[in-house]
Amino acid sequence: MEAVKVIEIKKSVFAENEQDANQLRKELKGKGVFLLNLMSSPGSGKTTTLIQTINRLKEHLNIAVMEADIDSDVDAIRIKEATGIPSIQLHTGGMCHLDAEMTRQGLDNLELQNIDLVILENVGNLVCPAEFDTGAACNAMLLSVPEGHDKPLKYPLMFSICDVVVVNKMDVLPYFDFDLEQCKEWIHMRNPKAEVIPISAKTGEGVDAFAAWLLQKVNNWKL
Amino acid sequence: MHELGIVFYIIRDVKKVAEEHRVPLVKTVVMNIGEVSTVVPEYLTDCWRWAADKEDLLRGCELKCNIIKAVTTCNACGAEYATVEHGRKCPLCGSEDTVLKCGNEVEIKEIEV
Ligand SMILES: Nc1nc2c(ncn2[C@@H]2O[C@H](COP(=O)(O)OP(=O)(O)OP(=O)(O)O)[C@@H](O)[C@H]2O)c(=O)[nH]1
Ligand SMILES: [Mg+2]
Ligand SMILES: [Zn+2]
Repeated sequence: MEAVKVIEIKKSVFAENEQDANQLRKELKGKGVFLLNLMSSPGSGKTTTLIQTINRLKEHLNIAVMEADIDSDVDAIRIKEATGIPSIQLHTGGMCHLDAEMTRQGLDNLELQNIDLVILENVGNLVCPAEFDTGAACNAMLLSVPEGHDKPLKYPLMFSICDVVVVNKMDVLPYFDFDLEQCKEWIHMRNPKAEVIPISAKTGEGVDAFAAWLLQKVNNWKL
Repeated sequence: MHELGIVFYIIRDVKKVAEEHRVPLVKTVVMNIGEVSTVVPEYLTDCWRWAADKEDLLRGCELKCNIIKAVTTCNACGAEYATVEHGRKCPLCGSEDTVLKCGNEVEIKEIEV
């Protein structure tokens, strides 16, 4: 009988993606392109927030958007119509997240030499995108009031990797028992450095603060 | 689907190792899966069966999952305790200043060829 030979590997399945992501981040830094990875649950208001934010920043920066979706084009079209900036759709082919390789393929479809900021709207999901570094300069997470203030306890990994948590749909606060201070405390328990910015993408409240945060990050990246 | 994505990563890594060692057929892939990783071993093996049989190198290859128990260390009193039973709060001193020591793994341990 043939002998069985064992080959030891002992390697995390995420290791290769992390290498790809670090390489991509380095290349983007070299080109002066800032990539923001925006994550959230489905329907928390990513596309609406992006439209509001882009309309405040497009005078100052050249912006492009990549919309990742399992299978549809509606968000890319919405962005293009509402802001006039280039926006492309990435289909993940049934996958629940984007990895660095897929992000790179998306970026290849943009004319990066003219662009300062690329925003990636990741697939709506709080688990998988947190595990796959896309090569972004910053990770942002959108949490909306109706989802509840205990999300940081339920999805610790997502909150621990975010540079900023935008709390959206503040206009509906009176109808929900969402405790913003408690939420901040739980976010900071996971991630003491995370910035927390409350907004309403519907009324525009707080969007200036988020836009200012982002503009400063982009400008620092280019130094 | 989460587990399917992970299966594609496993296949990519195993293919690479098999090429380096000039292996024509892999019999078993052994994984270390942490108790508090986000991977469900049953889903992983289901996805594996479907995806692995499409590859000549991995046809009929079995995926085995070793479950790694999750252990948390308390920074306040130094105790180590089982994460799944007690969560973030140290059962000895009540501190919440705790870090996961292990149990988060999703790694390929070895392959049998
Ligand atoms: N009341 C209120 N509704 C909002 C706000 N922001 C977004 N919405 C509504 O929430 C719904 C979802 O908004 P989208 O911007 O499409 O959310 P999304 O996160 O891009 O959704 P997916 O891409 O499908 O995951 C829409 O009906 C928006 O009008 C807000 O600040 N307040
Ligand atoms: Mg959207
Ligand atoms: Zn303790």
